[in-house]
Amino acid sequence: MSTRRLLETAGPLLGLLFVSSIFGFLVGPRFFAGANLELIARQTAIVCTAALGMTMVIVSGGIDLSVGSVVALSTVVIALMLRTDATPLSAAVGGIGVAALCGLANGLLITSLRVIPFIVTLGMMILVRGAAKGMADERRIETPTTWLNDLLRTVDPDSAMIVPSGIWIVIALGLLVAGTLGYTRFGRHLFSIGSNERTARLCGVAVERTKIAVYTVSAALTGVAGVLQFSRLSVGDPTVADGLELDVIAAVIIGGGSLAGGRGTVLGTVLGACTMAVIEIGCSQRGLPNWVQQIVTGAIIVLAVALDRWRNR
Amino acid sequence: MVDTLAPPRFAMREIRKAFGATRAVDGIDLSVTAGEVCALVGQNGAGKSTLMSILSGAIAPDAGTMRLDGEAYQPRHPLDARRSGVAMIYQELSLAPHLTVMENVVLGMEPSRGGLVRWSEVRRTARAALARLGHGEMALDTPVGELSVAGQQIVEVARALAVGCRVLVMDEPTSSLGREDTRRLFEVIAQLRREGHAIVYISHFIEEVKEVADRIVVLRDGRVAGETGSAAPSSEIVTLMVGRDVDDLYPRSRRDRGEALLDVDAFGPASVSFRLHRGEIFGIAGLLGAGRTRLLRSVFGLEPVQHGRVRVGAWTGRPTPRVQLSKGVGMLSEDRKGEGLAVGLPISHNLTMSRLEGLGPGPLVLPSRQDAAALTWIQRLAIRCSDPEQPVGELSGGNQQKVALARLLHHDVDVLVLDEPTRGIDVGSKAQIYALLDQLVAAAAARPRAVLLVSSYLPELLGLCDRIAVMRRGSLGPARPASALDEHQLMMDATGAEDAA
Repeated sequence: MSTRRLLETAGPLLGLLFVSSIFGFLVGPRFFAGANLELIARQTAIVCTAALGMTMVIVSGGIDLSVGSVVALSTVVIALMLRTDATPLSAAVGGIGVAALCGLANGLLITSLRVIPFIVTLGMMILVRGAAKGMADERRIETPTTWLNDLLRTVDPDSAMIVPSGIWIVIALGLLVAGTLGYTRFGRHLFSIGSNERTARLCGVAVERTKIAVYTVSAALTGVAGVLQFSRLSVGDPTVADGLELDVIAAVIIGGGSLAGGRGTVLGTVLGACTMAVIEIGCSQRGLPNWVQQIVTGAIIVLAVALDRWRNR
Repeated sequence: MVDTLAPPRFAMREIRKAFGATRAVDGIDLSVTAGEVCALVGQNGAGKSTLMSILSGAIAPDAGTMRLDGEAYQPRHPLDARRSGVAMIYQELSLAPHLTVMENVVLGMEPSRGGLVRWSEVRRTARAALARLGHGEMALDTPVGELSVAGQQIVEVARALAVGCRVLVMDEPTSSLGREDTRRLFEVIAQLRREGHAIVYISHFIEEVKEVADRIVVLRDGRVAGETGSAAPSSEIVTLMVGRDVDDLYPRSRRDRGEALLDVDAFGPASVSFRLHRGEIFGIAGLLGAGRTRLLRSVFGLEPVQHGRVRVGAWTGRPTPRVQLSKGVGMLSEDRKGEGLAVGLPISHNLTMSRLEGLGPGPLVLPSRQDAAALTWIQRLAIRCSDPEQPVGELSGGNQQKVALARLLHHDVDVLVLDEPTRGIDVGSKAQIYALLDQLVAAAAARPRAVLLVSSYLPELLGLCDRIAVMRRGSLGPARPASALDEHQLMMDATGAEDAA
């Protein structure tokens, strides 16, 4: 049994190794230095966190295009709360909570209006972006510095932390989502619905409730990505993370997820996100302009899916 | 009449094809003359599909030769075969649903001048092809998706005629047709035979094969197991197919009718009422479109109803699949791939989908427990697979259906609602499913179940059921003992038989 699962993650792993070795060759051995690996991890943390939720959504046969806007909204909410003297923790919880509400709205609209997720979340993407801008009065919101700003800050090399606390949060969430997908009834139901919704219904799976739950949980994870985004920016910015959803979807797809539903793994998604971060950092360290990076990333996405199709023939 | 002196329309000699270690086709000779309908029967995996894929150019044989009207024939791909005059009509129709009838007939070979389609020519070609099939009246501008399955099939055959086919292969063409449409298709086949086409007809329905074919070739394990005329008794053909005697295809243990488990009262627009008891198989006969599937689906809660109620044990109300499953009622869908199974997911996942509870502590599901549960049923139902993690889509139809049935057994339901459980599966699997259903309702079982069975195959209904009711235009007739019924009577009731008064 495990050979099949192994094969499923072997593709994304080989892809990451391939891309890494190319940049290792182009940039030199310092590309694999501890500090550089940490940089890659910090670079990918935001995409990775949002991609954990997206993996669940895509496994269930859905899609969520509102990710970038929800991240922006949650940075705005966090900043506004900090300015009203809320504690950093309650501000973070507030940001995640608002994000989860956006997901709940997505789920309710998709199941009650019976409009496909692509359209609902496309509308929500624009709507939420507008709401974020309105709440922020179309400006960046400056905030006092708190421990929230340290989540992705490089740690002292001698510290027992090894990597910043934000990375530990991502790792913990990754394990949680992987466990949920593989070892809970909710997770197995997501695969059932994504693979064949009619079969799931025939088997008594509460399809609507499960869908609402997955969009809510996924958006909450996007909220966590918003916290990390805020940590990096240290301001609330309604225009941040524009187009982030596409990076997030790409990470899931490179990682072996299928837009047709029923397939996807957390490990694959994380590897996919890392692949994109390696390309980004590799290109910049090699001194390649941004347009080269975009061409390479685009090609990798198409190549990854094509290879996957070929492998599954 | 068949002229035995003329060279056969096509001849295959010593054809061999292996996939890995499996010899799918192991030295088959087959020839069909012009104006002959040759039926190819055999269990799933007997080599029918592989042989026909070789004939139609989809697969290249490992060894062997083929001749078409005496000339060497070696198609490199299906289009090549089509140009040579060998057309294949698959079980799943290959029409473009949004295009019109005439567009489909000329699809891929649109008459054109300088890149522009000549619509008058399209119209003429399509009209001529349909007229040859005795369907010249068909509206050319109707989108094919709006036609019935039978209508679509006629368009498909017309397309084959329009390219000038000499050999026509039909793979299970009637599996989704009702009686009337089947009869119409047989008229078309008779017409094609008169025109001198060679026809290979693949089917699981032996009665049907005997009706339509001149000659029946039985394949088993990649070889020709035997050949008979269409007058041969069915039992002889089945014996050739399975390689052993199946004198008792429908076993019947002692059954004791117990309490009513499912009570359907004044249900749906036509106020259908019936009771299903423990320890019985209750059959519903009827034509395609009579509303049998709709009734089953609404009893299980998959389709909404405005009227009536369902009582399951102590519970009464409007059902949903969740409620029904929790009350011990499970359903098998007629649409195996579209609804019955998630074909991309593993056997273990499909088999346990309705009941993941108990496969781990709390809300958890342990894959090892899931596999172990699946393995039990794989062994008990003799499901042929490599391991429980194998995707269901890779299994044969018969084994897929066993997985769908095993799901109900894993759920441990009391009432099995089965919609066409043996459609399109091989005789071997059918026999196993019949035996299983009999065991489930037998008095000797620890807890006899109840089975509600819809089937379009009358011998199966009569062989399995204790009571049968006939459905016609949405309303259900009285339930009568199967022993007091025969195929003729059921057909009379199903068709209304006003003419028999």
